[in-house]
Amino acid sequence: MTIRLAGILIGLGITAVLVLWSLIPGAYNYAFGPPAEKPAYYVFKEKPVAPEGGFSFDGPLGKWDYAQLQRGYAVYKQVCSACHGLKYVAFRNLQELGYTDAQVRAEAATWNVPGIDPNTGEATTRPGEPTDYFPDPYPNNVAAAAANNNAIPPDLSLMTKARKDGTNYVYSLLNGYVDPDPEKLAKAQEQGFETPMGLYFNPWFSNVNLAMPPQLYPDLITYDDGTEATVPQMSADIAAFLTWTAEPSLIQRKQTGWFVIAFLIFATGLAFLSYKQIWAGKKSKTK
Amino acid sequence: MSFAWAKQYEPKSAFTKWVDEKLPLPRLVYNAVGAGYPVPRNLNYMWNFGVLAGFCLVLQIVTGVILAMHYAANTEVAFGTVEHIMRNVNYGWMMRYAHANGASFFFIVIYLHIFRGLYYSSYKAPREMIWLLGVVIFLLMMATAFMGYVLPWGQMSFWGAKVITGLFGAIPFIGEPLQIWLLGGFAPDNAALNRFFSLHFLLPFVIAGVVILHIWALHIPGSSNPTGVEVKKESDTIPFHPYYTSKDGFGLGVFLILFTFMVFFLPNMLGHPDNYIEANPLSTPALIVPEWYFLPFYAILRAFTADLTIPFTGIVLIEAKLLGVIAMFGSILVWFFLPWLDKSPVRSGHYRPMFKKFFWFGLIPCMALLTYVGGAPAEEPYVLLSQIATAYYFLHFLVILPIVSQIEVPKPLPYSITEAVLGSDDKPGGTDGGGENPQAAVKPLPGSDPDGSLQPAE
Repeated sequence: MTIRLAGILIGLGITAVLVLWSLIPGAYNYAFGPPAEKPAYYVFKEKPVAPEGGFSFDGPLGKWDYAQLQRGYAVYKQVCSACHGLKYVAFRNLQELGYTDAQVRAEAATWNVPGIDPNTGEATTRPGEPTDYFPDPYPNNVAAAAANNNAIPPDLSLMTKARKDGTNYVYSLLNGYVDPDPEKLAKAQEQGFETPMGLYFNPWFSNVNLAMPPQLYPDLITYDDGTEATVPQMSADIAAFLTWTAEPSLIQRKQTGWFVIAFLIFATGLAFLSYKQIWAGKKSKTK
Repeated sequence: MSFAWAKQYEPKSAFTKWVDEKLPLPRLVYNAVGAGYPVPRNLNYMWNFGVLAGFCLVLQIVTGVILAMHYAANTEVAFGTVEHIMRNVNYGWMMRYAHANGASFFFIVIYLHIFRGLYYSSYKAPREMIWLLGVVIFLLMMATAFMGYVLPWGQMSFWGAKVITGLFGAIPFIGEPLQIWLLGGFAPDNAALNRFFSLHFLLPFVIAGVVILHIWALHIPGSSNPTGVEVKKESDTIPFHPYYTSKDGFGLGVFLILFTFMVFFLPNMLGHPDNYIEANPLSTPALIVPEWYFLPFYAILRAFTADLTIPFTGIVLIEAKLLGVIAMFGSILVWFFLPWLDKSPVRSGHYRPMFKKFFWFGLIPCMALLTYVGGAPAEEPYVLLSQIATAYYFLHFLVILPIVSQIEVPKPLPYSITEAVLGSDDKPGGTDGGGENPQAAVKPLPGSDPDGSLQPAE
């Protein structure tokens, strides 16, 4: 009895504090106070969109499109790698894109990685080997910021997992340097919105003003397989490549999943039948 | 610690006889989860979740120990070693996804287990100790899961750790030194990461210890059941093995199908993308949210938006932050008093019309709403919704339950479990024993007068 009385008193007390001090003033403010203002850039924000036809690795039956991954690697090497690292990926991993051992060796050698001069012990660079990881473009964050108008280009290894709907995000962002909608712009400018010098408008970026200038232009690179290098094509290819770098085990994971779940459904079916068999006669109608 | 009719372990071969003499471990297992443990025959699927929770604990320990072989708790390399596990360790991605989603599924199972206990009042006498130990396990799980989420040292790890340890700073006078002592510094850093790893490795074994106590306490009165009527005689029970081992086996299969589906096809759905960005003390994420299973409690924490002041004087009695902290811890501590707040002698919610309405139309929507607003930004209307739900949460346990249990007229109970299952049973007088008074279908709870309306239906 004492516990229940105390419980009721404490319960009413907590509720009174919550309702009288927090809820009622908050509700009053919400109803009659000035409406909460969203930041001006909210009107521009867009949700990531998929390229037409989606990606080959989408869905539970997805597969890598090796030609696309190789094209995406070409985009990374010729465009992105100037500013962005790929530090969790090693050259040996490129074999998973369909390159032969010799091709990987040759490819690794085209990159310069940090090394030590065997004679003097001084820091130097040397051609990469398959066991090396992709080199960072800048020696440190200070250098990266200094070279990029104070914005540090993020490492791309995990980019598609570090953003919501990441693969489509990368595709939309790179393909998404558009002019702002004039109507929305007029409205947002009233609230003080602007795209400062050195930043670039992109409705897919978190606050729509991105430090990275547009990077992709038609026919910027020449694909080995003859695919026409349009901006959407290159955007989709790099998005596919970065999906692979973020999760090389993606396809293996899904394929393993089919086997595991097929086995479990079979085993659970057996478990269900034995459960029914054992319980036969133990259960009768309840009502 | 069992019913009189429980089967006895009889070693057959010379070897098992020898073992039984030296160390009767097979006997213990036989009595605990074998044919020697009589269980009510009418348990429904909600009674599967205890075994599933035990399975989850083992799964987390096995995958966790393997991950610990490749992980390094150092802020310089922690994030990288997790990526090393994902990329270079054979099937490391599977171990890590199983561990991360295993935590989520552990909480799903535990929440269903707790809701089973709440609906069927499994916390009532004579099972209070099982419930109390269960709340202790839940608190230990929360601590373990929180520290585990810090280990990958991503953005949410770091900022989550900062926010949660910051709660201790709200305690008057000792708050700030306590927070620094807990973290080993002014902000989460190497010292914090290292001790979190150490404790994250230790606590699951502490949980395993409390689980043993939990099961021990369970075996003294035996399992509760959906009617809430106590076991009276042998026909009310069946041996745990093979009946419930087979049922739990099927339940485990269904659980594993759902679990592996998440692990292999949607492994990051319950996580947060920001945790794939390495921790950066200089860059605050736009929205700091804990893992989904903490969201209801996070919503309660954030519901208190104003200091408790003496009106028109400006004197602050309790700061809003401290109010939130008290409410958040109070929201779980209140469970410790549940056996004494809900005094209805009827256990099962099935026979309690008022309780049932408040459960399905009050508590369940309230918890769903708290989970939803816990993950929403701190702006209207989410704040208002979280305040309404928080108020209901405390009213439900502290005010509604005591009053309902006082004024409610329960529906008639079946005479026995056997009657509930088969539709008929020997009436009082024709009892075949069992050592209990057959008139008392429901044991009166300590401190309450048995009331005529609660006798078994005739």
